[in-house]
Amino acid sequence: MIDVKDVGAVRDALGAHDYLADEGLATAIFLALKLNRPLLLEGEAGVGKTEVAKVLARWTGGELLRLQCYEGIDAAQAVYEWDYSRQLLHLRAAEASGDAIDEDELYSERFLVRRPLLRAIAHDSQQVPVLLVDEVDRADDEFEAFLLEVLSDFAITVPELGTFRAESPPVVVVTSNRTRDVHNALKRRCLYHWIDHPDFERELAILRVRAPEVREELARQVAGAAEALRDLDLYKPPGVAETIDWAHAVAALGAARLDATTVDVTLGTVLKYREDQERARAHGLDHLVDAAAAHDRAS
Amino acid sequence: MRPDSEADRLAVTFARVLRGAGLDVPVGSTITFADALAAVGLERRAGVYWAGRATLVRSPEDRDAYDRAFASFWEGIVEIPERSVPAGSISLAFDADRDTPDADEEASDDEQATPTVAVRWSPAEVLRHCDFAELTHAELVEARRMMADLKLAGPLRRSRRRQRTHRERGRPDLRRTVRRTLRTAGEPIDRAFTAPSQRPRRIVLLCDVSGSMEPYARAFLRFVQAAVVGHGRVEAFAMGTRLTRITRELSSRDPDAALSAASRRVLDWSGGTRLGEALRAFNDQWGVRGMARGAVVVILSDGWDRGDPDVLAGEMARLRRVAHRIVWVNPLKATPEYAPLARGMAAALPYVDEFVTGHSMAALGELAEVISK
Repeated sequence: MIDVKDVGAVRDALGAHDYLADEGLATAIFLALKLNRPLLLEGEAGVGKTEVAKVLARWTGGELLRLQCYEGIDAAQAVYEWDYSRQLLHLRAAEASGDAIDEDELYSERFLVRRPLLRAIAHDSQQVPVLLVDEVDRADDEFEAFLLEVLSDFAITVPELGTFRAESPPVVVVTSNRTRDVHNALKRRCLYHWIDHPDFERELAILRVRAPEVREELARQVAGAAEALRDLDLYKPPGVAETIDWAHAVAALGAARLDATTVDVTLGTVLKYREDQERARAHGLDHLVDAAAAHDRAS
Repeated sequence: MRPDSEADRLAVTFARVLRGAGLDVPVGSTITFADALAAVGLERRAGVYWAGRATLVRSPEDRDAYDRAFASFWEGIVEIPERSVPAGSISLAFDADRDTPDADEEASDDEQATPTVAVRWSPAEVLRHCDFAELTHAELVEARRMMADLKLAGPLRRSRRRQRTHRERGRPDLRRTVRRTLRTAGEPIDRAFTAPSQRPRRIVLLCDVSGSMEPYARAFLRFVQAAVVGHGRVEAFAMGTRLTRITRELSSRDPDAALSAASRRVLDWSGGTRLGEALRAFNDQWGVRGMARGAVVVILSDGWDRGDPDVLAGEMARLRRVAHRIVWVNPLKATPEYAPLARGMAAALPYVDEFVTGHSMAALGELAEVISK
């Protein structure tokens, strides 16, 4: 079990592991740990949903078990599977040596392949693992219903072996990109948090932590320009991940300041749609630089 | 029984306020909220706010309602505004002034003589709250009965999920092979195989609810409702001056209840038309992210667009790049002299795979066939 005192303690611990959470996210994480509930995170791509699970694993020292969902995922990939090739080899060997075939042995732990859900439930480590169910909206309804069952009881039954039950339940983070609605029953089981784009100050703080080689003045300009880009009504406004990439790129070019030329050649690291790049250029890269410089002066 | 605590009483009261504001708050969430309050404490306003956000809100659309309810509740005023539109802003805009009509729009406006093909659009967004259930259109009653028989299903595509097959080819099904091998004393004689299964594609219906579509939109919505109920992989949106997702509202099995729920949700019913922007909202929030990927997208609209046709063309191009097929249903196409002169229609047409009428029950039947093709 992870024992946390209050929301502030969560925030500090995450901060010590390079993740700057705002109060809302820190509260949601605090409650997830305190009430032993799965945490469902939604938000635009690139705001750091998956990163939450990773930082929780770093902080608590628990193993990170990641289950990437996709259309058609089923129990064999998510929970457990038998090692059929080895079973067949075992059978052939038994036949060749004339031994009697023991079916119980064939379906024993020895031939069990544990997938992330089973590993999260049947863990025997001191520190509870962190289970990341990534992009649950990509899986189909059937799988979601199954997941709900596992997350409600924290128990999994393998017919041949019996029921595995978590002595202390894992920390569970579920992410969704909202390509479809996650079923209400699953949402009710989880705590919910929508991660927004960060404001200027937070984004700047994130840049300081995640792109330490970028000088303060430049970081301010990049964060300011990213904020200005988000106001441009783009198809895909830049997420924090893109801002960090952008800061790295600009610094790698050896630019001391963000000017129109630098923005022009690095625009592809922050805007990934041709239409968005055209829109930013039509709006005028000078405007972006001005918006960036405004933050520069504010300091 | 848990001891009566201040946190519990607060939680129950606030949950009631939220329900009054239109949020769905099950009892289980209230209990979780109470536990959360006990964990974060009641001292700080922000702590209480975020405890409620994490436990009582389950979609970003509910955030505004939550914020309003929270503000009024914690400032001691337990008075939640109704979700209905203030009476002052309710007005009809059928015969709205045409301030800058284009030549072609004017022309077809003059042409139309029959009342069934009324072509009107309004320059202003009109918030109009209407009740489908109160409409007693004789045709509509008849149509509703017939629509229950319409089976709408997307075309099949190959799924990543595999299923058993009796054929002796495909990918080996080792699980079953091991089982069978046990029967034959360890000799894998009887082998089993799997083949990919088939899955229907998702259908996304975008229904234009602007003033000019008034005569058809109601019938269409019933068609859409029958589709949503009849099939698990159908999504429905209303397009006017804004985009409203109505899948959840339409999923009630009772058509009257479903349609009145949808009409309560759609605030711009019979308002103006801004197809490009509504389509853009769809692409941004739902379509391009995944909902329209590989799906059959059906747009029910007459193509009368008050917005910029370039915006519409751009959004159609975006949609085209992710969708499997785009079907445009335009009831005006049924008139013999129809030509797609409306700027919006002309802009969208190059990106449309199928252009059909859908003005009558028979035409809707044809539409169902086109969709499942």
